[in-house]
Amino acid sequence: MKLNAFKIFVYSLILGLFSFGAMAAGKLNLYNWADYTPDELIKKFEAETGIQVIVDTYDSNETLLAKLQASGGSSGYDLAVPSQHFVEIMIKEGLLEKVSGIKNMPNYKYVAEQFQGPSFDPNQEYSTPYQMGSASFAYRADSYSGTGSSMMEFFKPSSEICGKLAVFKSPEEVVNMAHLALGSSFCSEDPNEMQAVMDLLVEQKKCVAVYSSEGINDRLKSGEVIMHAHWDGYSQVGKWEGVDDLTYAYPKEGVVGWFDSLVMPKGAKNIEEAKTFMNFLMNPENMAILSNFAAYANAIPESVNYLTEDMKNAKNIQVPDGIPVVFGKACNKKAQSLIDKVWTKTMQ
Amino acid sequence: MNIQGENKSRNNLIGLLPLWIVMGVFMIGPLIVMAFVSIMESNSYGGIHLKFDLSGYRQILFDTNLFDEMEFNPAYLIIIGRSFLLAVAATIISLIIGFPVAYYISRQKDSVKNILIFLVTIPFWTNLLIRTFAWIIILGKDGVIENSFGFIGIIGDDDSLNLMYTNTAILIGLVYSYIPLMVLPIYSSMEKLDVRLIEAASDLYSTRINLIFKIILPLTLPGIIGGSILVFVPCLGAFIAPDLLGGGKKLLLGSLIQFQFAYARNWPFGAAIAMVLLALIVTILYLNARINRRHEQNA
Repeated sequence: MKLNAFKIFVYSLILGLFSFGAMAAGKLNLYNWADYTPDELIKKFEAETGIQVIVDTYDSNETLLAKLQASGGSSGYDLAVPSQHFVEIMIKEGLLEKVSGIKNMPNYKYVAEQFQGPSFDPNQEYSTPYQMGSASFAYRADSYSGTGSSMMEFFKPSSEICGKLAVFKSPEEVVNMAHLALGSSFCSEDPNEMQAVMDLLVEQKKCVAVYSSEGINDRLKSGEVIMHAHWDGYSQVGKWEGVDDLTYAYPKEGVVGWFDSLVMPKGAKNIEEAKTFMNFLMNPENMAILSNFAAYANAIPESVNYLTEDMKNAKNIQVPDGIPVVFGKACNKKAQSLIDKVWTKTMQ
Repeated sequence: MNIQGENKSRNNLIGLLPLWIVMGVFMIGPLIVMAFVSIMESNSYGGIHLKFDLSGYRQILFDTNLFDEMEFNPAYLIIIGRSFLLAVAATIISLIIGFPVAYYISRQKDSVKNILIFLVTIPFWTNLLIRTFAWIIILGKDGVIENSFGFIGIIGDDDSLNLMYTNTAILIGLVYSYIPLMVLPIYSSMEKLDVRLIEAASDLYSTRINLIFKIILPLTLPGIIGGSILVFVPCLGAFIAPDLLGGGKKLLLGSLIQFQFAYARNWPFGAAIAMVLLALIVTILYLNARINRRHEQNA
């Protein structure tokens, strides 16, 4: 039989489709926070499974949400890592795929019982645990005489700190920290409480050098600022990187807790690969690689056997007894619009 | 109209087709989407409801306060005003620096000229974000400027000039970013300037000041206006320099729009501000076109 041009065309088309399919089967697009994906982990995953991982990064839950909203199911990502309240919002907005059989994944048994079926995903249909930690503030202990025992040290800074203070760029954690300082509750719909939050922020602003959520450790290292809104694990990394006196504050009013999870955005193409990664990460040894890198705690108790000495002794991430960890919530429209108004007025 | 004329206009139409497609897909299309979003109702978690609603525009002037009472809210006007002033200042500084530079370049030999023009365009080879980051290193604490000042003893070891996170830092960033856009158009009108006019003025005992203000300035006005617009327009919506160098303490138009989309999840309002920004710019371009036309008629 002779192959004519048409047949060659058809065969190559079929062949092409197959090879395309094979390529797609070996890929995983992960959309994660910056500085949150250790190379070691990705290399290990690629070596064990042959799946190629492509990592893209974002800087806040809001950015992730906006991106998923805007792309309407064609974001091109197979996995993303939102915090607890944003998982809730994304489920409500129909932005996530249901992941079948999370509870039957071989490594699911390693997840600590209190983190199985968390409040934001009670039936464990959408998410598996990534890392958890808190937001508060950190300071250079050598240049500051305070003890970081009150949130007011951050909002009403002493003259040592004034002008050398930096705050997160997005309102979410900052407003929650202000709520902790004032003793009001997150997502408040009470205008008087929000007025008090705004007064506090406006007062604090006089001493703020910069509002930024990036390059925090660099800024503290150079001494440009000596107090900065910060995350527990990230401040620990800063300490490891040579800022010895960098101290993360656990004020008596509490810290803002968060719990990040792996979820599958709507329209994900590589579903099996994503599930393979979810299962892979719940393995204690793999989860330990992540914690050793990002310096955050995790929901896999057995991972402690694989933690480095540095990580076991990481002071900045150990919550002292009696300090409340209050988890951020998904605010309704009214509360959210109050937060936006407070922030815009503060920044006007 | 004769046949030839019809052919010509059809050819024009086909010839310009790529331009129309590019403009339509990359410019008009997104603008229509924006205009559409700006008149819809906002969804609390980002996105829009398909329901006609002008509150995006209303919110620019009137907004409910924390206590849910509708009131006149100057916050956004202040932000627009601040962006405007900053853009005007950046334009004027660029002009003051850029004009002599352009004049100097245009008076050189051709070979030198080409090298100088080439040097002016070099910064465009690198991403704006990276160049702005470089300014953090230059202006920051223990940065290039502070260290050199410290070295020659102008400031002490522990002193800081506090250059970063100020309006000055924003202005430096803006002027640095956009000054080539000022130099190039002025240079091109200097090139067209008839040197004999300058010589004639000198022969007739014109003072140098008169020479600049009566001969050179008027004749290079189109370049000056063109350059000013090229600097002013991007400065008005500038986002990177205010954010990185200004410390994000005061919102400007660009950051306000970004805030609405990324954090406040109020897309219609963000789109409405973007449309207002667009209207401002179109007005300025229109005024420029009118001035240019008058200039040409006079010439």
